[in-house]
Amino acid sequence: MIPAEFDYEAPESLEEAIRMLHENGEDAKLLAGGHSLLPLMKLRLAAPTVLIDLRRIPGLHGIQRENGSWRLGPMTRHADLQDAQELGVVARAASLIADQQVRNRGTIGGSLAHGDPASDLPTVLLATEGEVTARGTGGQRTIAAADLFQDFLTTSLAHDEVITEVRLPAMDGYGFGYEKFTRRAEDWAMVGVCALVKKADDGSCEDVRIGLTHMASTPLRASAAEEALRGQGLDAESIARAAEQAAEGTEPPGDLNATPDYKRHLARTLTGRALREAAGL
Amino acid sequence: MSTVEQPATRGDGFVGRAMKRKEDPRMITGRGNYIDDLALPGTLWAALVRSPEAHAKIVSIDKSAAEERSDVVGVFTHEDLKGDFAAPMPMVWDPPGMEVNTPEHWPLAGGEVKHVGDPVAIVIGTDRYGVVDAAEGVIVEYEPLPAVVDPEAALEDGSPLVWEQFGTNKTHEWSIAGGDVEAAFADADVVVKQRLVNHRTAGAPIETRGCIADPRGDRVTLYSATQIPHIARFVISLVTGIPEDKLRVVAPDVGGAFGSKINVFAEEVLAVVLARRLGRPVKWIESRSENMAVVHHGRDQIDYVEFAAKRDGTVTGCRVRVVADLGAYYLQLTPWIPQLGFPVATGCYRMPNIDLKFEGVFTNKFPTDAIRGAGRPEATHWIELMINKVAEELGMDPLELRRKNFIPKEEFPFTTPLEITYDSGDYHGTLDKLLQNLDLDAFRREQAELRERGVYRGVGFSTYVEVCGLAPSRAVGPQGVGIQGAGWESAMVRVSPSGTATVYTGTSPHGQGHDTGFAQIAADRLGLDPENVEVIHGDTDQGPWGWDTYGSRTLAVGGEAVARAAQKVQAKAKRICAAMLEAAPEDIELVDNKFQVRGSPDKAWTMAEIAGAAHIPPQELPADIEPGLEETSFYDPENFVFPFGAHACVVEVDADTGKVDIVRYLSVDDCGPAINPMLIDGQVHGGVAHAIGQALYEQVIYDESGQLVTGTFVDYALPTAAELPSFETDRTETPSPVNTLGVKGVGEAGTIAASPAVTAAVMDALKPLGVTWLDMPLTPMRVWQAIQEAQGGGDGPRRTEQARDLDEHAGGSAGSGPTGPEEGGAS
Repeated sequence: MIPAEFDYEAPESLEEAIRMLHENGEDAKLLAGGHSLLPLMKLRLAAPTVLIDLRRIPGLHGIQRENGSWRLGPMTRHADLQDAQELGVVARAASLIADQQVRNRGTIGGSLAHGDPASDLPTVLLATEGEVTARGTGGQRTIAAADLFQDFLTTSLAHDEVITEVRLPAMDGYGFGYEKFTRRAEDWAMVGVCALVKKADDGSCEDVRIGLTHMASTPLRASAAEEALRGQGLDAESIARAAEQAAEGTEPPGDLNATPDYKRHLARTLTGRALREAAGL
Repeated sequence: MSTVEQPATRGDGFVGRAMKRKEDPRMITGRGNYIDDLALPGTLWAALVRSPEAHAKIVSIDKSAAEERSDVVGVFTHEDLKGDFAAPMPMVWDPPGMEVNTPEHWPLAGGEVKHVGDPVAIVIGTDRYGVVDAAEGVIVEYEPLPAVVDPEAALEDGSPLVWEQFGTNKTHEWSIAGGDVEAAFADADVVVKQRLVNHRTAGAPIETRGCIADPRGDRVTLYSATQIPHIARFVISLVTGIPEDKLRVVAPDVGGAFGSKINVFAEEVLAVVLARRLGRPVKWIESRSENMAVVHHGRDQIDYVEFAAKRDGTVTGCRVRVVADLGAYYLQLTPWIPQLGFPVATGCYRMPNIDLKFEGVFTNKFPTDAIRGAGRPEATHWIELMINKVAEELGMDPLELRRKNFIPKEEFPFTTPLEITYDSGDYHGTLDKLLQNLDLDAFRREQAELRERGVYRGVGFSTYVEVCGLAPSRAVGPQGVGIQGAGWESAMVRVSPSGTATVYTGTSPHGQGHDTGFAQIAADRLGLDPENVEVIHGDTDQGPWGWDTYGSRTLAVGGEAVARAAQKVQAKAKRICAAMLEAAPEDIELVDNKFQVRGSPDKAWTMAEIAGAAHIPPQELPADIEPGLEETSFYDPENFVFPFGAHACVVEVDADTGKVDIVRYLSVDDCGPAINPMLIDGQVHGGVAHAIGQALYEQVIYDESGQLVTGTFVDYALPTAAELPSFETDRTETPSPVNTLGVKGVGEAGTIAASPAVTAAVMDALKPLGVTWLDMPLTPMRVWQAIQEAQGGGDGPRRTEQARDLDEHAGGSAGSGPTGPEEGGAS
């Protein structure tokens, strides 16, 4: 478990990091918590020649509330998210990532930039319709979650862009549930479902968001299920009917643990569970 | 022979006390001495170039890029090293009157590779990281050959052959029978049949393998993370031609093995040969990826089992055909391991008629060999599940059926139809105690209530007997089943002039806790505190020759040798004490750590005083007493020992997803009188966890082309503490008449017992849904598919086993992490 040779840099400013990324081209990788990248390097499935560690750059940590949104520093650790109960579904999903040692190191920015469809936080960003701010040699821009995740481990971040901020709507008034199905507690999700439900005054479903983890090469929204529930009463039957639609149109990849059929079944079952929790049933 | 309640202590002795492990403080504070902690000046590093092909001709090997590196000392292939070998790697089972097709197995592959990971070259260099880079630069051209991974397909005509010269992939056939099986089946009221798949698993110790070979003068010392330093010295001497006295093997602290360090591996031999050739220490530390691919796996057999019974529940016979996947080569005992279950294939039951047939098969996978339990978990799995099936067929309570067929305690020693003599047992006793602890009636009420609410709980049982205490030499050796080895054990006990003791054992513990248990045994016999008894093991230069640690042998054979050697020391101490106190030796008794004259407790000496007199006599010793205080014992047991017990598992199955959670796990084990109940609990916890791993989580999978799919702990689902219940252990104590301690072994008991209990519990939970059979591992998908099939749904289980399983997989990793090199941005 010995990685190929690489150089290590720990710049003290964002500008320097961007310059290093730019100068080293595709051979450079950013290092945040390292809990996705380093295992790939040790298996020699990834072999960057330069690692640019973000740990010394000021201003990339922290959790702040601002105008109905949460502003999260990209270097904020999963463990910090897990402890910030006010973050709601973000805290819940973070608490289910791998094990405590991984949560102590892994970061939200790293998880989003890695773009692993089996990871939990990309799904949460998609379901909450959050966004990231990125800076590169071309300047600063904001990327909506729906545009960020392009394919398996592929995002729309340019090679020399660094995520500088993660912004998530606070989802005030929404109930939430995050169902993660694993064989072992520390595993990646076989399937995960993030559900957010806002009740209208009459008890019906004013709004609903359903995000799916590991059902495709990117996180997905279960739009058919959302459609089926929006405006309906929030009872067991309507939720069950909506959950039946959760895997509509999905073509999940099979793997050792689950065939595509089984994954679609899990998506329906877990959606029902997550919606029931989000609706307070 | 009596079964007694769990006693805390016997007299004022240390045996029987739940003492904390002497070895733990250093290990849990980072002061252990594991193989990778050892650093010798001038050390060279080794890395292996391994085949990515499952079966291929080696067309060419281009070493030039690696050799040109300044940090590389040399790159060696089979052609380069064959002159350094006196013999190929040995397989030591040579059954009388029977052929075992045995291929030559050299440390490096020459000509052809036979499995993924087969080593074709070794790179030696000055930098630990550099040799790995250099190994990547060795260009090997392969011409792929067809591979076979399914053992039953390998037996069909026209299958690709792993070894052309045998004209078949069949390695051997071995059978044994007792009673009249044909008559039993002819007279049976019911016959139940089942094909069971007992899948391939890995030992997966937390410390991987590793070694350093250190050449000094005309000797070579091999430090190795091994279970078998003595056997390793013997075997490496054979393979390299280095005389045994010029070879020393040391096992430092070893971080777990579970059978996986029971072999002499190619890497150890290569380190010795190259260290000698290059005149510098050569060190190799195995990566986790290598550990998953090139350490022997366990199990991997398909069992065709038939049980015959009478209407009243008497089980009258069984017929079993085992097809065992042995992989591509043999390690030391590869073809023998499947048969290891045979001595207990009649289980705890009278079972008067039995017929067992074993066939071994070559496939293009890494060899199988002994992993915790080795043959016995497989046999116990089929016995216990088939007993349930007979009960089901007869409409009887499976526990009643067991009781009806149990060998009653009055009938021990009991000779089975296979001429195996079970030493002692009380099978009703352990089951009764288990049921008391479980409260089965309360569980059945709760189960019924929960089912009303769609919650599926089930309970499964396993009443097992296992065989350990390897081994009576006449039973296993050349005059027995044909192993070119023996099973006795040695111990030497030395008391120093100041009255502390050192115990040298020929066993080589690697996590079991013998430093503590052996100290307790010796302390009681020497009149010392265990704190003042040091236990030395794992060094062929220290203490007498021994047969190392495996097969739950260490206490029943090695511990008995310690007891006997310590007893000899005690006898001599009494003679010296008697001489000093002017009494008769037979009047000296050991009471409360004092050697005193019977009836005159004021006339007493401590061991320290006696040891002083033995070394620096204050007055002349009688002429018939030699100075010094040191004795050796070589102990060859008369018989095996047969631990037994009853286990129960309670599970809850999420019928919507197929996920199984263990709610309770209860065990009542009987391994004779406890030396240290805490050590026993530790062994049972680990053993049961190991079997739960096989039952629910772990499986080594090769795809159809022979690629190892489960090469990391992402895909090889070793359970963690989070998946395991809090174990409810208990014991009874039925002494064995085989040794003076009355002890049996317990290292493998949990692993042997637990898989059928877990499997039966899941089947019990799903009975209302119509599920009647499940093969391990009971993964959520497999359980869900079984429910679908039973309910007439569309997505029933295709036979999910080994390579065939992969039809339904895309073959991807279970986590999407380590599958591709492309990833974006920070991570």
